[in-house]
Amino acid sequence: MATDPIHQFQIQKLIPIEIGGVDFSFTNSALFMALTVAGASAFLILSTRGRGLVPSRWQSAAEMTYEFVAGTLRESAGSEGMRFFPFVFSLFMFILVANLLGMFPYFFTVTSHIIVTAAMAMAVILTVIVYGLWRHKLHFFKLFVPSGVPAVLLPFITLIEILSFISRPISLSIRLFANMLAGHITLKVFAGFVVALSSLGFVGILGAILPLLAAVALTALEFLVAALQAYVFAILTCLYLNDALHPGH
Amino acid sequence: MSDRDGVPDPSTSAEDTELSNRLRKLGKRLDQHRDVRDEEVRRDAAPRRPGVAMAMRLGADFVAGVVVGAALGWGFDRLFDTSPWGLVVLLLLGFAAGLLNVMRSAGLVRPGIGGADRGRDGKQDGT
Repeated sequence: MATDPIHQFQIQKLIPIEIGGVDFSFTNSALFMALTVAGASAFLILSTRGRGLVPSRWQSAAEMTYEFVAGTLRESAGSEGMRFFPFVFSLFMFILVANLLGMFPYFFTVTSHIIVTAAMAMAVILTVIVYGLWRHKLHFFKLFVPSGVPAVLLPFITLIEILSFISRPISLSIRLFANMLAGHITLKVFAGFVVALSSLGFVGILGAILPLLAAVALTALEFLVAALQAYVFAILTCLYLNDALHPGH
Repeated sequence: MSDRDGVPDPSTSAEDTELSNRLRKLGKRLDQHRDVRDEEVRRDAAPRRPGVAMAMRLGADFVAGVVVGAALGWGFDRLFDTSPWGLVVLLLLGFAAGLLNVMRSAGLVRPGIGGADRGRDGKQDGT
């Protein structure tokens, strides 16, 4: 049994595919992305199939998810922001389901790879830039030029604003990836302690109680983080979309 | 519904105006309802936001600012052979941007500049 805490993040080729010298293999990461999409779709489609006026338990869960994301989007980007609802909701569900799937032992956590989270963050920022430019033309750049700043400071402030804008996709992708990666490594390390210590005989088993308790507590924490990171990603997407809708008040 | 779908002929023009009046009234009431709902959503926005979620944003926000500053400075130096001045200046600016990110996430900076704040500034939705 592998006790290497990094082993769980290794990409394995399940079906090797190569087209024109480029590697298009179907990997375990791709498999779990597909599972995530299938899981999220199945949850929403099956739970809303009854369409009861008095919702069943599953339908209620689906409705709460919808209400939650819709409320978040409406409060941060206004009613106008609702045109981005499908985008934000898809992101939220994908991250949430991917994070929760990753909590199963022996499952692969898609969001613990920075390429996945960076791709989603880039999609968000490109949406903001493209929609902002299309909607407001050059007024979009008012985002970087705050009003009411002395002329001497304006170049510096503008530069800082631009840096702050560029840092957004980076913080967006790093936050999700780092949280999932660190959480799963910590969990693995503490669980590894339990195995290593309990093989040392009676005293070892006594000593293993502490890391076992820690592993249990960490599992609960990881569930919290899984849900919370999906929420944070969604709400930041909403805030950035708000900038695209209303740049520079 | 079926009234509206029918072919409009001159004899029913009175009915048409009546219908469009009703439609307008309904539209107004819907607008009012939506305004009230938006207002409600905004008012009880604050308590719904979990504090942990806010706290989790801060670290990454700050680090990202510094990293972006350092990366841009390094790239600038490589392009224009100005080492180490590009790195020095842009790292400091990146530090400032990181602080700005953090203060904005914490709601300490006036919203509107760049607008990475939410809630209250939504009220200026006039556009």
